[in-house]
Formats: sequence, structure tokens, C-alpha cells
Amino acid sequence: MAFAHDAPERGFRLSQLIYDTRYRSLTIQAVTMILVMLGVWWLIGNLLDNLNALGKTFDFGFLEQRAGYDIAQTLIPYSNDSTHARAALVGLLNTLWVSLLGCIAATVIGVVVGILRLSNNWLIARLMTVYVEAFRNVPVLLWILVALAVMTELTPSPSAYRGDDPAAQMLLFDSIAFTNRGTHIAAIEFTRGLGVINTPLAPISLNFVAFALVVIGSIWANRKLRAHAARVQEATGVRPTIWWKSLLILLGPAIFLLLALGITFSLPVLERFNFTGGLNVSNALVSLWLGLSLYTAAFIAEIVRAGILSVSSGQSEAAFALGLRPNRTMKLVVLPQALRVIVPPLISQFLNLTKNSSLAIAVGYMDLRGTLGGITMNQTGREIEAILLMMLIYLLISLSISGVMNLYNRSVKLKER
Amino acid sequence: MSDLHAQTVPYVRDTMLPEQSPPAAQSGAVRWLRENLFSSWFNAALTLLGVAVIYFFIAHYFPWFRHGVWNAASLQECRAIIAEKWGPEASGACWAVIRERWNQIIFGFYPTELYWRPILTFVLLFVAMAPVLYTQLPRVLLWGTVAYPLVAMWLLWGGSIWPVVMIAFGFMLGGVILRIVSRWSALGALVAAIVVPVLFWAFLMGPIDDDLSYIAPIALRPIGSDQFGGFLLAIVIGVGGIVMSLPLGIMLALGRQSDMFLIKTLSVVFIEFIRGVPLITLLFVASTLLNYFLPPGTNFDIILRVMILVTLFSAAYIAEVIRGGLAALPRGQYEAADALGLEYWRAQRLIILPQALKISIPGIVSTFIGMFKDTTLVTFVGLYDPLKSIPDAIRNNFEWKGIYWEPFIFVGVIFFVLNFAMSRYSMYLERRLQRDHH
Repeated sequence: MAFAHDAPERGFRLSQLIYDTRYRSLTIQAVTMILVMLGVWWLIGNLLDNLNALGKTFDFGFLEQRAGYDIAQTLIPYSNDSTHARAALVGLLNTLWVSLLGCIAATVIGVVVGILRLSNNWLIARLMTVYVEAFRNVPVLLWILVALAVMTELTPSPSAYRGDDPAAQMLLFDSIAFTNRGTHIAAIEFTRGLGVINTPLAPISLNFVAFALVVIGSIWANRKLRAHAARVQEATGVRPTIWWKSLLILLGPAIFLLLALGITFSLPVLERFNFTGGLNVSNALVSLWLGLSLYTAAFIAEIVRAGILSVSSGQSEAAFALGLRPNRTMKLVVLPQALRVIVPPLISQFLNLTKNSSLAIAVGYMDLRGTLGGITMNQTGREIEAILLMMLIYLLISLSISGVMNLYNRSVKLKER
Repeated sequence: MSDLHAQTVPYVRDTMLPEQSPPAAQSGAVRWLRENLFSSWFNAALTLLGVAVIYFFIAHYFPWFRHGVWNAASLQECRAIIAEKWGPEASGACWAVIRERWNQIIFGFYPTELYWRPILTFVLLFVAMAPVLYTQLPRVLLWGTVAYPLVAMWLLWGGSIWPVVMIAFGFMLGGVILRIVSRWSALGALVAAIVVPVLFWAFLMGPIDDDLSYIAPIALRPIGSDQFGGFLLAIVIGVGGIVMSLPLGIMLALGRQSDMFLIKTLSVVFIEFIRGVPLITLLFVASTLLNYFLPPGTNFDIILRVMILVTLFSAAYIAEVIRGGLAALPRGQYEAADALGLEYWRAQRLIILPQALKISIPGIVSTFIGMFKDTTLVTFVGLYDPLKSIPDAIRNNFEWKGIYWEPFIFVGVIFFVLNFAMSRYSMYLERRLQRDHH
């Protein structure tokens, strides 16, 4: 019996490397490998030649030197005596801070707009369409610049708040003042505060730690309560009324703690030239935050809309047929299925927002690009190190966000057999 | 019996009633209002809120538009005209800045007497796109499409025509060699078709170019990249990036799907790296870092450098979109292609890619829209984009100091129109290419 694969053994010929599918992929990979190595070797050779010609070296020692420049808005203590590394850290925290604020605002606006766009109210649905199309089709840089122009050109100067009949009024019981030099907001202070622990990285407020612990404890206790109620319901068929207990557990301890610490609000007060007291939020941060969140919200609105539309109407009809009320239908049937569609693109929008926050340069907000990739780079003349380090940090942020996304995707993946 | 029946039934109607119109609340405008605007108290509240918002915007901004001045030489003059016509308290738009400077917003600092060159390039763009968009046109026109990038380059930057001709000749040489040598060996043809043109460009192009320029000096006035600006720059970078990133994106997507470990790893690393960093850092690479990685003394055009980095950036995103299209294709299509005995490239070209690209059209177009919007970021590497640099330059003049909203509105509207048109066209294309019966 002679089968096709019983063909007589022949020695290995060189042409098999190209024409035999068993070996061809090896050949291609080997050639690619050689080409890539040659390319990298060429690039690194050029780099070394250029550095030699300029008399420069490649080292990150400059990070330990004194920065010597001031940063207007910092989340951790920083002065111009700090090192370049610290300045980069301040910039990184500023990037993360505006991204966090932007993600929260964009999600809230985006979800509301996405749902309203599906509303059966003709006027509102049209208005939301106008919003989404207007913001999606115009560069985000324009919205950031417009927000900056609004914050600096249309807001009154601090002196407009002066006098018996001032031209401008503070909002919300004198707690917010928009001026062309920044937004002044009432700050929370404690008369019987617990103090702070100073660590080399950043001071940790014990008040904040205590508050966070109490809130986490309350949430944990509330979950226990709900679990208990569910057990009672399963045993007896009657669910005990717990909403007021829930409310008490969630709010009571936190309010008690705040009162015990002696919470007060420090209001911004107009002094000779400007407001003092309270928190001063720079217009750069506000306009960057507004521009980024309004722009990203338009995309999130479309994602939310697509997610809700992706759940077939048969699902909610089936839920109604089972006798579920509308809000439970939403919570138990529609949302879990819609979220599976919504969350992955939502997280990639968060990623986009974080990357777009590098447009801070347009408004002068000192983010990672402004410190490490801006002043530090220009002062020390270390373009390669600064830009590579900056890219690496952005890459780490992106990879950790997409890592979270992959975890989520794995947890909600349909179980296929 | 019938008598009895007639007595038990008190009344039987024997004529049809005339049809009546539905009650007022169930027809016409009232019914529409009730259903669409006031179906519940919540909807009614939303409607009122919406009306209030619209009223607020109209009441605040309509007068500003209505008071607009089109003929003035400076912002002061605008304000004077508005104050004279509408009273001292009135505010109004000063569209005169657009009227006076719209050339600059469109063309940047391109010499005025040479505007015909970008305009001709723009018109030729549509001629070049026509055979791609409309399949009814004769296929011969595609050669014009292929030649367009070189023609556009020559028209926009000017200079001698011969380097452009030489580059085109190199490609033709490659094509001819590929056709002839592939009669004997496919692989040899591929290698020869790459090596010979490269050798030609490297060694023969310079001397021949010198001779030809000496014999027949056909040249346009050279324009430097620093004179490009406005929408001209945005469209040059945008279109250039789109044209170059699509093939690269397809290759990267196929690479990421490949069975070959090395190819796959390289593609994944490249895609994830590019997608993980902001475009602005890549632009800084183009403006400051690229020179470090090239042989000492190389210094090529900044627009070209930016275009290369923008291409790499959008190619990574396009690769991900096309990968989605490839993954969405049923496995049966791949298996059918294998069963027909098609080898890899032929299967990709005839069966896989046409379908995968069709699925990815919306994603590809939205990537292009995103890239076109991102061309405004070139302002941060010193190029004159229409959104920030040009308005800043206009504001630097004494006459137009302090003018913010009019340039923003003008530029924003142009961006909106272009991008909106692109997204609508992709929806149309999606419908036209739909083959299954939904």
C-alpha cells in the first residue's frame, strides 16, 4: 500500500526553506529577526554617534538635581528646591488628578445624555443629539481653549466683587467665586483635627484616613444588614423594612465623626488684591477639566446608548412577563447585559481622556508633560531621557487601565461550552 | 318567531353612523405634543427645561450674531460700528476678522500669488478619489490615483520636477522587474523589485537629476514647510496620514493575527506601545528625538516627520479596528478559503480582507475623523495649525488684539462640517455595502 505521505525520503533541500510551508514560517521569522536587529543596531549606532558629537551622555542623574522652578498647583508639597524627580511626580499626580476628575464628570454627563437621547421626549432627544454631534466632530483642543476663554474672558475680575453694590455675586452662600484669576471655593477645615503624618512622599491627613475608614466600615455594615434581610426574606417570605436602618448606618457614623472633629467651612474672603482663604482652583485646571469631560462625555453618551439598544426588547418583555417591576427589570435584567457591552469601550474612553490630558500644555496646567517633558527637559537639555521616561510613565498608566479592563472582561465573559 | 324577536330587542340600528374625526386630544398637533413632549410629568418638566435652555441661548447669543459686523479694519472699528448702530451697551460679533484673515486660516502663510497650487492640489484630490469612491468609473483612472501623492507633493512644496519623476520612475522600474522576473522565480522577483529601485534611488537618481535639471529646468518656486499653515496643513497631514496608515494598519492587523510568534510579538508590542502614549509625546519625538536616531547631519522636513509619526499613530488604531473586523468574520470563511486551496496572500486578498474591511468601515472612518481632529496638536511642535497658532498669530496684530470667539466659531464650524460629512458618508457606505438581508 502506497499512500501519498509514504513518498520516498529525500534529503533536505535548501529550496524547502522557501517553498515548503513547514519551514517557510521559520525562514520568514529568521529574516525578520535579522532585519529588526539590523534596524535597532543602526538606530542605536546613530544615537551614540549623535550623543558623542554633542558631548552628551545617557543617564538619569539629572532627576536628582534641584529643579529650580515653581509649580502653581501641586497636590503634594513642592518648592523650587525640590528635585526634578519630585517635579515629575507632582506632574504625574496632576495628570492623574485631572484625569480622575474628568472621568467622573464625563461618566455622569455621558450616562445622563445617553439615556436622554433615547427618551421619547422629542425635544430633549434632539437637543442631546445636537450636543453629541457638536462635541464629537470638533477637536478637543477647541473645547479646551473655549473653556479657557470662558473662564478668563467672561468671568469678572476680583475687584468686581468689591463695594456696596458689587458687579458680581458669589454663589452658593458665598462659597464659590469665579474670577478671571481662578475659582475660589470654600474649604473644609477641622477645629479638632487629628493632625497629619509626614512621610517623605506626601503628608497623610489623619482626618481623611479616619473618614475613609468610617465610610468603608459603614458600607460593610450596610452589606451585612442587607444580607441579613435577604436571609429573613428567604426564611419567612417577608422582607423586613430596612431602608431607614440602612440610611442611619451609612450616614450616621460619618456625620458623627465630622461633628466630633469640629468641621467648619473656611470661606474665600476678598482682601486687597484677590480672594484669600478657601481653596483656589486655577482656571487652567477648571478649563482643562471642563473641555476634557464635555468632549469625552459625548463619546460616552454614544456608548451608553449603544449598550442599552443592544439589549433586545424581548429581554425586558420577558422580565415584565415574570412580574418584575420596571426598576427591578432595569437592575436585574437590562443593566447586567448592557454593562457587558458598555464597560470595555467606556474604559478605553477613560484611557483616551487620560492621554488627552496631556493637552494641559494649551492652558498652562502643569501635568507630567509640562514638568518632566516641558520645563525639566528644556532646563537640563536631556530630551532623550525625559521623553523616554515620560512615554514609559504614560505607557504604564495605559497598561494598568487596560489590565483592569481585561480583568473585567474575563469576569463578565459569557460562559460558553 | 321573528315577531317575538323584534319585540325582545328594543333597538337595532339599521344604518351606519357617519365616521367622526377623533377627539381633539387624540389627533393633530395636540396629540403629537402630548405623546412627544408631555407624556408624563417628568417629560413635561424636561420639555420645559429644554425650552428654557434654548431660550437662554437664543436670548443671550442671537443679538450677538445679529449685531455682527462684516466690514471693518480692526476690532476697535467693529466696536465703534456696533455702538453706533445698536447703542453703547450692545455687544456683537466682529466677523470682519474672518473676512480679512480667512486666507490665513485656510492657507497659513503660503504666498498669496501661489494660492492656485494648493487649490489645484485640492481639486485633484477629488479627481484622484473619484475612481476609489465610485466603482462605475473606468479602472484606468486608478493610475491617476496612484500618481497623485507625488503630484501633490510637487505642487505643494514646489522645486524641480525631476526628483519627483525619478521617484515615480523607481516605482515603475520595480513594477516592470516584478512582472518580468516573476516568470522564473516569484521570490527572486520580489527581492529584485525591492533592491533595484533602492539602488537606483541611492546611486543613479542624484546624477541623472542634475543632468536633467540642467537640460530642462522645469521647476516651481519652492515653498518651505514653515509657510504651510491653517487648514492646508491640517488637510495635508490628515490626508497623507490616512493614505499611508491604511496599508500599514492592514499589515499590522494581519501580523497580530499571524501564527508566527515573532511577527505577532512585534506587531503587538508596536500597537500597544503606540496606543499607550499620547499623540503629543509622539509629536515631540518627531520634533526633537527623531534627529538623534538618524545619521548625524540628517535634517529632513518637519511636516514629513510629523506626518510619519501621525501615520504610525493612526496605523496602530486602524490595526485594532481591522483586527476586530477579522475576528468578526465567521471561521467558515477562513476554512472555505483553505479548502479552495488558496495560499495565504490570495486568501486574504480575495476572501478575508474584502469582508473584514467592510465590517470595519465605521471604525476606520471614526479613526480618520479622530486623526483629522488630532492634526491640530501640531501647534505644539511649532507648526501653524488652524485652531491655535493661526488665531494666536491674528491676535498678535494690534488691530485684532482680544478677538476670541469669531475665529473659534469659524474654525469649529469648518471642522464640524468636514467631520460630520465624513461620518455620514461612512453610514451611507455601510448601507450600500450591506449584502445580507436584514
